[in-house]
Amino acid sequence: MDFRVSLVDGLLELKNPVLSASGTFGSGLEYRPYGDITQIGGIITNGLTLHACAGAPMPRIAETPGGMLSAVGTQNDGAEHFINAVLPELPWQEVPVIPNINASNVDEFSALASLLAAERGVAAMEVNLSCRNDHRAGQRFCQNPVTAARAVNAVKRAAGSKPVIAKLSPQIMDIVEVAKAVEAAGADIISCMGTIEGMAVDIVSRRPMLGSVIGGLSGPAVKPLALRCVWEIARVVQVPVIGVGGVRSARDVLEFMLAGAHAVAVGTANFSDPGTIFRIIRELPALCEELGIDDLNAFRGSLKA
Amino acid sequence: MISPVRTELTVTDNVPFGQPVAGPSGVYRFYALTLERPAWKSWRPGQFIMLRPVQDGDGTTWARPLSICRVTSQSLVLFFRVVGPGTDRMSRLKSGDRVIVWGPLGTSFEMRPDTPTLLLARGVGMAPFAGYADVHPAPASLFMLFGHGLPSNNYPTDAMAARMELENIRDRTPGELEHFHSVVREKMLEYKEHGGLCLACGPMPFLKRVWERALELDLPTQLSLEERMACGTGACLGCTTITSKHWPDPVRAGLPVQTCTSGPVFWASDIDLHDVQPEERSL
Repeated sequence: MDFRVSLVDGLLELKNPVLSASGTFGSGLEYRPYGDITQIGGIITNGLTLHACAGAPMPRIAETPGGMLSAVGTQNDGAEHFINAVLPELPWQEVPVIPNINASNVDEFSALASLLAAERGVAAMEVNLSCRNDHRAGQRFCQNPVTAARAVNAVKRAAGSKPVIAKLSPQIMDIVEVAKAVEAAGADIISCMGTIEGMAVDIVSRRPMLGSVIGGLSGPAVKPLALRCVWEIARVVQVPVIGVGGVRSARDVLEFMLAGAHAVAVGTANFSDPGTIFRIIRELPALCEELGIDDLNAFRGSLKA
Repeated sequence: MISPVRTELTVTDNVPFGQPVAGPSGVYRFYALTLERPAWKSWRPGQFIMLRPVQDGDGTTWARPLSICRVTSQSLVLFFRVVGPGTDRMSRLKSGDRVIVWGPLGTSFEMRPDTPTLLLARGVGMAPFAGYADVHPAPASLFMLFGHGLPSNNYPTDAMAARMELENIRDRTPGELEHFHSVVREKMLEYKEHGGLCLACGPMPFLKRVWERALELDLPTQLSLEERMACGTGACLGCTTITSKHWPDPVRAGLPVQTCTSGPVFWASDIDLHDVQPEERSL
């Protein structure tokens, strides 16, 4: 059975529909001891900004029922370091490497996309519209269709031939409107979804569990929400959708595909076991066989609703 | 750099240590957890593992970071205190249960056979020093000062006492704790005067005071930090520590580095704990 997925013809071809979600797999290099990272459909790397960013105050993560909260604040070493020190170490000729990019304004998005557009090792870029784009100011491009489209359009114009993925947030009145707007602005793919804001507190110390008080909730707790968003978006846009949110098994991969996703990204589950993504890729063929699925293209979006 | 491996191991033993003791934040329970020995090529004292019971299922509860207490020809031994739901699930592991383990992870303690070495431990922070004493080629050069709020039979120090000199100080009251810290300060001065080395492991309030004293004396000191961790691989960026201007890579001086991959053992002079508020850190 053929597990290859073409997200953008000739430009973004995956050997299987399972990617690593941004912020949960480092640059990919961190997971080399635990499996063959060239067997992954694609590596979406940790959030990248134009200049190095020290990130949010500690503590940054908290375990919650069915998931976790995180407020990392896009700690990263900046674009230059990524291009000169990380990219050359990655097996980008064998696995698509997709930086997740973040900026606090449109010009910064443009500048960052231009730098990455010139790199052979970059297969595509994922525009982060879902996190707080600057943890101090807290502006988010996802908050309305106009700002989201503006960010995507700026990246698209700077990205040359590289496919542009728009990663959406569920934290908005109508995610479908944002999906339509980013598609019109030139997004080649929509990635759905980023985290949703939550909070956890400790009644003994009377302190929040996170230094930033509020953080992004991810994990199986949000999977039904992600599935709903993918279902709603996939029905109205022409571009492929990557489903993200609480995936921890091959079964979850098929659920997202049934709802209309072309591919799926594994996130938080990479933390609880570094073997997760490799196991999912290993188990997918057997599960398809067990369920009598012999064509993923035909299966995709075939939900009887 | 020792490459870590992910493996499923069988629990061979899990025994409570000492009697459960009521404390200010609940009942204190200690366990020595023994696993079959993983097929590691090597490991070094101070390194840690991530451990997750297989029976936690395919949910996303995190694994827990545990320092390697001891590795024998047959076993990997861990020592932990129950502090929350994760360690509570670990305390219920029985012989024959399976756990997922990845490791050995992170940096290790400096070992200088001919140098008088002061080991400073508080509470469960004694765990990695068991393995340190086991593999040290000249344990006669080691001295451990061990502060503990609970009775000493809550901690597996007997085998350690057979390998090296060990002084126990009970520090259950604020006054006793201050006494412990004053002995720590005196001992660090003594080791500075004798060209010694100091290694410390324990809770953050204790480590921060050791860190301050190490800088004050310019005594070569390593600290093993403890942080909340989700992955142990350097990916989640949840366990960072701020480096000092002396950090070996100047590009990262003054910036956060991951405790799981750049630590957990750091030279005191390489990190900056000024802004760490120990009481704000709950694991």
